[in-house]
Amino acid sequence: MVPIIQTEGLRKIYEMGSVQVKALDGVDIRIDVGEFVAVMGSSGSGKSTLMNILGCLDRPTEGQYFLAGEDVSGLNKVQLAAIRNRQLGFIFQSFNLLARTSALRNVMLPLVYKRNGRGLSTDEREERAMAALEAVGLADRADHEPNELSGGQRQRVAIARALVNDPALIMADEPTGNLDTRTGEEIMEILHDLHARGRTIVMVTHEPHIAAQTQRTITMVDGRIATADAQEEEPQWQ
Amino acid sequence: MAVTQEHPPVALGNTPRDLHDEAAESTRLISPLEIFRIAWEGILRNKIRSLLTMLGVIIGVAAVIVMIAISAGTEATIADQIKGLGANLLFIQASFGRGGPGGNETGPMLTYDDVAIVAGINGVVGTSVEMPTNQPVKANGTTLTDVQLVGTTPDYPSVREVSLADGRFLNEQDMDRKTKVAVLGAGVAQEIFGDADPIGQSITVDNVKLTVVGVMADKGVVGNTDFDARVYVPITLVYSRFVPSQFARFVGDRVQLIFAQIDENANLDDVKTQIQLKLASSKGISVSELPFTMQTQDDIIETQGAATEAFRNLLAWVAGVSLIVGGIGIMNIMLVSVTERTREIGIRQSVGATPNDIRLQFLAEALMLSLVGGLIGIAAGVAGAILFGATSDMRTVIVPGSIVLAFASAAAIGVFFGFYPANKAAQLDPIDALRHE
Repeated sequence: MVPIIQTEGLRKIYEMGSVQVKALDGVDIRIDVGEFVAVMGSSGSGKSTLMNILGCLDRPTEGQYFLAGEDVSGLNKVQLAAIRNRQLGFIFQSFNLLARTSALRNVMLPLVYKRNGRGLSTDEREERAMAALEAVGLADRADHEPNELSGGQRQRVAIARALVNDPALIMADEPTGNLDTRTGEEIMEILHDLHARGRTIVMVTHEPHIAAQTQRTITMVDGRIATADAQEEEPQWQ
Repeated sequence: MAVTQEHPPVALGNTPRDLHDEAAESTRLISPLEIFRIAWEGILRNKIRSLLTMLGVIIGVAAVIVMIAISAGTEATIADQIKGLGANLLFIQASFGRGGPGGNETGPMLTYDDVAIVAGINGVVGTSVEMPTNQPVKANGTTLTDVQLVGTTPDYPSVREVSLADGRFLNEQDMDRKTKVAVLGAGVAQEIFGDADPIGQSITVDNVKLTVVGVMADKGVVGNTDFDARVYVPITLVYSRFVPSQFARFVGDRVQLIFAQIDENANLDDVKTQIQLKLASSKGISVSELPFTMQTQDDIIETQGAATEAFRNLLAWVAGVSLIVGGIGIMNIMLVSVTERTREIGIRQSVGATPNDIRLQFLAEALMLSLVGGLIGIAAGVAGAILFGATSDMRTVIVPGSIVLAFASAAAIGVFFGFYPANKAAQLDPIDALRHE
């Protein structure tokens, strides 16, 4: 089967005056469909840069990135935006919901920028956004604005938004980082459920016990992959 | 917590072909309706800021409408006043330097004898004449120096549609006998006699004692003439006692202005031609040598219009500048808004908004701010113009074209000044935008 993510010799070099900083220095990763993978690493290890490139928010200086078999490393800004819209769902540490905008409208946001195939009517969008909110158990909060929701609820709205366009890959950046332990576990439960239903999830975290819940952990050190061990044991969350 | 959504298995059929199609489709625009909806939500999310942004446009548009209403009102007032001084009048005015005040006094001139010739032309239903001289008037212990002594004929009030407040106007007997009588303008009567009855009193002009027989009704200033500061005397008396120059004796009794009242049904151009031909033949000169110009009231209104045009242009410039200031206000707030909403832009980019989507969103916001501001400005401008007309001496006429102009300018300014901030927003890098605090 075609891997969902495959990179070859990924390099990202920043020019800081006369100094070259190698944020990524030759990264080869393969993530298969349906995998739940954690990315760890200290700050400055290059894990953010890697996530930005895997999330099609940034382009590598060198190397190739195949997303679902297609080389996306050469696409321009506009093309990358379309890939993000259709293939990727983001979950952020700080939720990144639009303020003063209802949960439903927040979840509808990716549908607004959907332009492949026939467009959706407003009714169809609301229906799909509502279904996504139902999936995270927040249908009764559809009219609430982010400031009327708890942290856990906000992150669930963000997950609904990530799901609404039925993406191939979900990118989660420290999804439990701003939440207390109990709420964090709730969010992890949702991610596990999504994984159980066949979703591919790549999650950045700095908490080993969160990373331990995934199938395998990729650890970044100085712009390279230190370990990409498959975790033999069953995930401990169950 | 269970995820209850029954979604289809993850779409794995993302063949390379599919991605290419998506990349190609990404240049398509999202629907304009959607763009305006996003923009409208952006405006509503920050009502106070939106209102402040619009304020400049509101004031600018209102200023354009009020200013144009004032200048149009001024023009209408002038036109009405000129129209109010007699209907269907032809003004035959001595050319400057040809019998006019201070001119040289050789060659053909417009004379009192010409009045009879004009009166005899088919289509002319009435005539009168004006021969003004400036003379100090003494009476009741006061001396008025800015009075115009106007020699005229008994037909004057009917031809020029001015009326008497008291007493009588000059009559045929006064003309024949060169009676030493005077009819005072309202202002002159008030200044000399105050509230006392001036009829039967006497005034002295250049050592000639005149008896006041009438007082004109209030008329005010029309064009360059203050009708209230005039004293009317028989034109024959002017020729015998107040001639401005001894040379006049040799060239006939000149006049400055002949009014010919034209029959409504007569062809104006025919009458004009007749007047030119008859007067030219009586003086033994060609039409091109005639010492006078002919103007209708419409011609005079047009001439006055040219004078007020400068005034109108000035007002338009002032209003235009305030519109531009309003536009700069929009740009200012939009720039702040782009910075403030960097995170929002990042979120939109992360879910698939292209640079063009972001650009259009902010452009649409600027456009809508200026259009809504424009609509409010129109309401304020129309209300302001009506209020100004009602509470001040100046008349205002709301010009529909000014509303269209102001609205179109507001829209153009919105797009023009919205472009820079919108471009700035579109060029934001999604990673930086998402990280923005």
